[in-house]
Amino acid sequence: MTGGKMGHYNEMFEGESVRDPYARLSQWVGTMPDDFRQMKQAEAEALFRRIGITFAVYGEGGDPDRLIPFDMMPRVFEQAEWRKLERGIKQRARALNAFLRDVYGRGEIIRAGRIPARLVYQNEAYEKAVVGIVPPRGVYSHIIGIDLVRTGKDEFYVLEDNCRTPSGVSYMLENREIMMRMFPQLFRNNRIEPVDQYPALLRRTLESVAPPKCTDRPTCVILTPGHFNSAYYEHSFLANLMGVELVEGQDLFVDGEFVYMRTTTGPRRVDVIYRRIDDPFLDPLCFRSDSMLGVPGLMDVYRSGGVSICSAPGAGVADDKAIYTFVPEMIRFYLGEEPILNNVQTWTLWKDDDYKYVMENLPDLVVKEVHGSGGYGMLVGPKSTKEEIELFRRKIEANPSNYIAQPTLSLSTCPTFVEEGIAPRHVDLRPYCLCGDRIELVPGGLTRVALREGSLVVNSSQGGGVKDTWVLSE
Amino acid sequence: MLSRTASNLFWMGRHLERAETAARLLDVGQRITLLPNTDAGYQNEWNSLLQASGTAGVFARKYGEATQEKIEEFIFFDRDNPSSVVSCIEKARESGRIVRTALTSQVWDALNVTYQELRRIERTPREQLDTASLTDFTTGHTSTVRGAINATQLRNDGWHFMNLGYSLERADATARLLDVKYFVLLPRIEFVGSGLDSYQWQVILRALSAHRAYHWAYGGDITAGRVADFLILNGESPRSLITSLYEAVWHLEGLARRYGPDVPASARDKAREVLDALQERDIEMIFDEGLHEFLSWFIGELASVSALVHQDFLLGGA
Repeated sequence: MTGGKMGHYNEMFEGESVRDPYARLSQWVGTMPDDFRQMKQAEAEALFRRIGITFAVYGEGGDPDRLIPFDMMPRVFEQAEWRKLERGIKQRARALNAFLRDVYGRGEIIRAGRIPARLVYQNEAYEKAVVGIVPPRGVYSHIIGIDLVRTGKDEFYVLEDNCRTPSGVSYMLENREIMMRMFPQLFRNNRIEPVDQYPALLRRTLESVAPPKCTDRPTCVILTPGHFNSAYYEHSFLANLMGVELVEGQDLFVDGEFVYMRTTTGPRRVDVIYRRIDDPFLDPLCFRSDSMLGVPGLMDVYRSGGVSICSAPGAGVADDKAIYTFVPEMIRFYLGEEPILNNVQTWTLWKDDDYKYVMENLPDLVVKEVHGSGGYGMLVGPKSTKEEIELFRRKIEANPSNYIAQPTLSLSTCPTFVEEGIAPRHVDLRPYCLCGDRIELVPGGLTRVALREGSLVVNSSQGGGVKDTWVLSE
Repeated sequence: MLSRTASNLFWMGRHLERAETAARLLDVGQRITLLPNTDAGYQNEWNSLLQASGTAGVFARKYGEATQEKIEEFIFFDRDNPSSVVSCIEKARESGRIVRTALTSQVWDALNVTYQELRRIERTPREQLDTASLTDFTTGHTSTVRGAINATQLRNDGWHFMNLGYSLERADATARLLDVKYFVLLPRIEFVGSGLDSYQWQVILRALSAHRAYHWAYGGDITAGRVADFLILNGESPRSLITSLYEAVWHLEGLARRYGPDVPASARDKAREVLDALQERDIEMIFDEGLHEFLSWFIGELASVSALVHQDFLLGGA
């Protein structure tokens, strides 16, 4: 194994020598016989299937019980690297929540001319129904998933923020669980910070934002769209680990000032709802009237302080790809600090200069839909054929303000098990930041890996895999 | 516990038991047609099965005239028949998937394997399958699931709901299987007491995997009175009406104890009342009343208990 391809930062190497955090792993891999690796890989797969962690891929049909590929080679951060990331992530989470509080209140940042009003108030995710409501502790987004990429030893960029209901945390937990079960020796030889406190921290976070009318210990629930949802496993997994009920809309009803769930011993009041359904489906009386997933009257109870909804309706306005470009500005405006983590340079196609530049340089850029997610509706210029680029060009021309463009980053790679042995593959990182009375971050996150050689798309819906993510303690 | 969770557990139990009943019905039908028979021919026997399972209407609309192949397809594989083995096992697995966290991994494994195997059987050409192996498959796998439930599940309210589903469904199934006999015999009342008659009773016993148990319990001849007594009033017989109902009452009592006086217990009260009414009868009284009339009454009472379970626990007080 060597330092990998030219141009891409390989996280395992410094020049030709193995970096400290990977030293023991490198030995471990070096002494592992091929057949042992294959045996362990099969074992891991059997464990995943048995536990039932599967991922249905949107729009592909086929096997709904498909497994997300798991790579046994962990990705490692040393303590100093992680501390910097942690500070940057928490800073960003504070700024995003301050922004939400502002734009549903007086809108100071807009009055100050730092963000165009149109981008906020005409945003699809901006929810007029919650203007003027300040949720408990002023927190709108309680679980923020921040997608990071690395391009060099000390170069990290934020790719996007997820303020609504970021998924994938169950993989962070299960990947660790399975690694510990299969390779206990590795964990004895390396001092790795644990992540399994996440469910308890999440529950604590949810309880800390109980509504004003809740006087006892708050009852929290997870609201799922149901077992047909591709993330249903994660919903039931978290409910199980937190010891809270997993409810569907039909299990809840509004009576007077409160929300109740239907139980075998009669109605039971619900104080905090960690919802995993989108805003438009929350309450058919307030949003989409054809929604069967939500709870009629929920928003009235929310407005009058009878229940907390996490994340708050309307939180999505902060994680839009157009708003993204202004997050460094938010950090300066609300916190009076300089951003610790950088944004990726972004061209917004509704500006004439940007539009011109992007259209002239399409083959070198990554173009994304403003509201797209999951790796759909994007163009990776350098990886696309002429035809694909021209096809995409016409889509942009039809609706330029629907797109942003970014340079093609030279994503870092991590050693990854592949058919032929071990090879570098591109990775990203999604840590999960919890915001309640405190801001917490477990040392770790979900590392996604693009398993196809040279591919930059790590989304699980596009054939990406996952890795265990280690933070070494001092 | 969420009402929806309880409901899924209850129906998981019911559907597993119902799948088993469907398989047993198939077995009864198969054996009855092996007899040199009445002048109405095979059709009569097969129709009696459909009558007893309450699916004659669905069948007639889809298939028209009954033949053995069509009926096997209908009772085992057909998704349009809500009581077919495939329908029931699919529904049970679906319920199990929804409440995954309320099940132990052993129970989920057993349930999931049953489903995966069934999918495999579905893809097998029908001529390679015989009725006996389909029945064995079903009773074998449903037993494994039941075993896993009773060996590994916490004895909490969820366990009571699953077993309540099982016991109510089983009481219903035994009553319906007994009723098959009534429908088969109905046109030719002069057969009563004949060799044919006792052979048919024996078939019922076999279908309930009870013919050996019957000989241990009663010795000697198979007579209508004794078989009916065994399947209705004998507390040792595992699938008798009285045993099944007794278990249902036991689980309802367990729930009532657990939930205390604030939660209504009308299902328990009703089930107790039916159990008392059963215990007051002997088999002569039942025959005087008319077996079919008695069974219809019993099936009706079970439906009331089931409706009350729904009302007491599954609506969530809304």
